Amino acid sequence: MTASKETFLTNPLGKDTTLEDVLDGFELLDDWEERYAYIIDLGKQLPAFPDDARIEENYVHGCQSQVWLIHHFDETSGRLYLLIDSDAMIVRGLAAIILVALNGKPPRDLLATDIDELFEKLDLFRHISPTRGNGLRAMVGKIRDIAAAELARTSD
Amino acid sequence: MTDLSVANTAKRPTFDVEAIRRDFPILSQQVNGKPLVYLDNGASAQKPEAVLDAMDRYYREMHSNVHRGAHTLGDRATAAFEGARETVRRFLNAESTREIIWTRGTTEAINLVANGLAPRLKAGDEILVSYMEHHANIVPWQMIAERTGAKVVPVQVTPEGELDLESFTSLLNDRTRILAITHVSNVLGTVNPVAALMEQAKARGIITLVDGAQAAPHYQPDVRALGCDFYAFSSHKLFGPTGIGVLYGKAQLLEEMPPYQGGGEMIERVSFERTTWNTLPYKFEAGTPAIAEAVGLGAAIDYLNGLDRYAMEAAESALLERANQLVETVPGMEIIGTAKQKVPVMSFKIAGLHPSDIGTLLDQQGIAIRTGHHCAMPLMDFYGVPGTARASFAFYNTLDEVESLFTALQKVQRLFA
Repeated sequence: MTASKETFLTNPLGKDTTLEDVLDGFELLDDWEERYAYIIDLGKQLPAFPDDARIEENYVHGCQSQVWLIHHFDETSGRLYLLIDSDAMIVRGLAAIILVALNGKPPRDLLATDIDELFEKLDLFRHISPTRGNGLRAMVGKIRDIAAAELARTSD
Repeated sequence: MTDLSVANTAKRPTFDVEAIRRDFPILSQQVNGKPLVYLDNGASAQKPEAVLDAMDRYYREMHSNVHRGAHTLGDRATAAFEGARETVRRFLNAESTREIIWTRGTTEAINLVANGLAPRLKAGDEILVSYMEHHANIVPWQMIAERTGAKVVPVQVTPEGELDLESFTSLLNDRTRILAITHVSNVLGTVNPVAALMEQAKARGIITLVDGAQAAPHYQPDVRALGCDFYAFSSHKLFGPTGIGVLYGKAQLLEEMPPYQGGGEMIERVSFERTTWNTLPYKFEAGTPAIAEAVGLGAAIDYLNGLDRYAMEAAESALLERANQLVETVPGMEIIGTAKQKVPVMSFKIAGLHPSDIGTLLDQQGIAIRTGHHCAMPLMDFYGVPGTARASFAFYNTLDEVESLFTALQKVQRLFA
């Protein structure tokens, strides 16, 4: 994990682009074409992922697309920062939505966030259900595991 | 704008595809607000009403365990079950129903043979497969290779997706014991020249198995004409129910093989001193079989027998031909697998798009295709792709559906532009 601390802290997802922005954005979209165009655009906001972090340890085992996830826990602020990468554009977009909801939060807040509810609200629930082999369910599981571990460590 | 102006020189089918579609109730539904276009037949095909009715009738009127009951229902169930076995025997042109073993599918059939042949193998022996095999025709062999010290050797494929016959001939040698090869590639659609391969293998006394999972839905396989020792296929790809498949095996080889699983049905006599095996085919059918599924598969074959196989093949070729014509309407689209002899299967990639993106956005348009590695990772590695998108057609698909696929692909491409 040689991504600099700056890459984590300047990730616009969850900071400049907020959950409200995304929810408002979805409100304006009428059909599936606009919705997916919007998701694909969100995916373009994912910060560049460090090449040397594309290793087995950071790999999220899904089925079809390749997904990588790294994190940085900021000791001063007590917030957890995440970076995600995928070779599939729609998965990148959905990952961006997950980051908008979860990135830069204290682990306790992260664990209290219901991603399923959010995806249901955005009518994207089927993407996160275990029947789609796109790794999103595993991605969320891994993020929650990291948050739980940081919470356990810092509340010792 | 949508451009499907490429001249359509594909022949219209001579049989009534609309009438045939009415036999498949699932096809008439809407998915995501669009008419379902089901192009994932290579993964699993849909079932005609005749199959659903046969299974329903079986449970309503004749269900009981087979080969045991001293009662009328037992007789009815056994007659339906063994009747289905005879239907399969005729379908494959096997000599005897003793050579027709029910399995859970192609995968179990291959595992059964691999385990049965393991006692014949010793260190240094070779099992010849190919780069275009489904994992089901690789992994069982690797598992017995591990146990016996034998080696699994893959035959090369050409960039067009044909079996490399020079590689095949050069790999045959005195250590080759088994040739296990697919009749039709699930990714490429390539039809392999199985009869010729069997002939070369036979000349060297090599035992042969053909994976017919992708072939049986398109061609009626004649096991005697092919000259193979074993032939395996799955019901669910042949318009029958899931959970059942068939292993054809030459009686003599089956006799020589040890049983696969132990339990009821497969024994002649059990004692703590000595247990003996039942006769063929029951020796390989431990436990209560999938009776309704066997009946359903029989009904699927009966249904296919009622169709004009030549007209069906011609219609399927027309679908593939039309698809090939339309490839040029999607810039950056490239077909993987351009063998001369193909079933209507089209694996493709589109420059800049991940297969899973293509699959997701086609689904939004009601079109079902398969994306991913297709359980053929060695072949994906050979082509240097993480996976492909695959449209696989059946005789109930229409030329209009082929055109819908390409209109939808054009839309997908515009979204990513």
